[in-house]
Amino acid sequence: MTDATAQTPKIRLTNVHKRFGAKHVLQGFTLDVMPQESVVIIGGSGTGKSVMLKCILGLLTPDEGEIEIDGQPTVHLSNSDREAVNAKIGMLFQNAALFDSLSVWENVAFGLIQGKRMKRKAAKEIAIEKLAQVGLGADVGALSPAELSGGMRKRVGLARAIAGNPDIIFFDEPTTGLDPIMGHVIDDLIVKCVKEVGATAISITHDMPSARRIADRMAMLYKGAVIWNGPVAEIDRSGNDYVDQFINGSADGPIQMELRKL
Amino acid sequence: MNPLRAIGAASLRFLAATGRLTVFALSGVGHCIRPPIYPRLILRQMVDIGYYSLPVVGLTTLFAGMVLALQSYTGFARFSAEGAIPSVVVLSICRELSPVLAGLMIAGRIGAAMAAELGTMRVTEQVDALETLSTNPIKYLIAPRLLAGVTMLPFLVLIGDIMGVFGGFVVSVYKLGFNEQTYLINTWNFLEAQDVISGLVKASVFGFLVALMGCYHGFHSRGGAQGVGAATTNAVVSASILILIANYLITEMFFAT
Ligand SMILES: Nc1ncnc2c1ncn2[C@@H]1O[C@H](COP(=O)(O)OP(=O)(O)O)[C@@H](O)[C@H]1O
Ligand SMILES: [Mg+2]
Repeated sequence: MTDATAQTPKIRLTNVHKRFGAKHVLQGFTLDVMPQESVVIIGGSGTGKSVMLKCILGLLTPDEGEIEIDGQPTVHLSNSDREAVNAKIGMLFQNAALFDSLSVWENVAFGLIQGKRMKRKAAKEIAIEKLAQVGLGADVGALSPAELSGGMRKRVGLARAIAGNPDIIFFDEPTTGLDPIMGHVIDDLIVKCVKEVGATAISITHDMPSARRIADRMAMLYKGAVIWNGPVAEIDRSGNDYVDQFINGSADGPIQMELRKL
Repeated sequence: MNPLRAIGAASLRFLAATGRLTVFALSGVGHCIRPPIYPRLILRQMVDIGYYSLPVVGLTTLFAGMVLALQSYTGFARFSAEGAIPSVVVLSICRELSPVLAGLMIAGRIGAAMAAELGTMRVTEQVDALETLSTNPIKYLIAPRLLAGVTMLPFLVLIGDIMGVFGGFVVSVYKLGFNEQTYLINTWNFLEAQDVISGLVKASVFGFLVALMGCYHGFHSRGGAQGVGAATTNAVVSASILILIANYLITEMFFAT
């Protein structure tokens, strides 16, 4: 208890609200992520998990609430300060969001060349190395993103997210669309990023076996707020009906009951 | 329903949109002159706009010059004023037809392509991805397009001027029986620097407008493929209208006495 309060959280979201017109997506989202911790967010589709990550990155501005990174409030940063903050963060987008005007290796090296002003040749070497880490050969580097399968795009997105050795990494559904074996490889890679490089990670996933492998802590998002949050070992005895239903993937439970009412 | 309220709401929406566009344009221009600049991207846009539009602009202005000679001949022959044809052709081409036709063609070719490309980047989150990779999307995507538009349209219009005059020359000499030398001398003698310069100024402004509309609508598109389609249409229509309005204003600036 004393330990957790003494240390500044790497990322702190306090009572964050986000609306799109009448749709109230985040309804008081509160979460602390400690340095070098790997937190997995679970929750149904469309509950605002991706929106939450975009709020932290400043791609969306919350309507209410505070977001801090390393103790620094980030909601109303100037452009240059925001760039400095985002330079510490790597992001894997849900649909990879690769630049289709660039080749695969240029995608992976983008942050190095544009953000960190590295020489193209040096950046290419790192890009090839990162591609190898996600199980893609150097020959893939020369292809254009349009020539890749969905799973390969995801892995290129992952390589791009970790290329700059970021301090904080967000993984939006990293294993969706991958076969189980490649999913496992990616899980190991995420664990390695967190454990060896000392990064702080927030991952979003629907894949419970994968979530158990990569998480130190899990948080369940329901109706725009965190309804349960605890160490991964305790997820099976959370005593929360929503969590139990979600992790068991059962059709019966409080979540569906409320869907029926609509 | 209160009609005043509807008018008020529409005016507010219009003012808000104008304000957003102005802020967007200013920040785009600001990024053109502040480092870092991206020579590679600027060059690619310049080639796209300048080089690959040459056939379109060349053909339209060539035929415009040809039809102009033919039409003025049928009119002027009634007053035995055929001698005015070279000057009519060169003045109309340089002052009006070449810039306006090139502008409208580029609006269709480049404005639409810009809106579609940026719109797709927006809805597939590539614009968001740029920001997370410490790259300002306005600087990386918008500034090179604005720069290329402003610089390449005058080049195209210059080519258009030559093609248009050439079209008029061909029709006059080979169809209407003009003497080659007299035609060229008359063309040259009537042309003043201001005629060409006003056309190039127009071209620069039109290039800016086309790039701005393509970028603005593409950059702010939302809602998947349908949104990108709407952005493309809006970019072409708004650029075309703005070109015609700007054309009048610049003409008045140069030639109203
Ligand atoms: N830019 C946006 N404009 C309007 N609505 C949005 C936008 N982004 C997300 N939403 C809405 O917010 C809700 C949550 O989306 P999202 O965070 O992507 O869900 P998920 O939890 O599956 O990642 C969805 O209902 C979606 O329609
Ligand atoms: Mg999502």
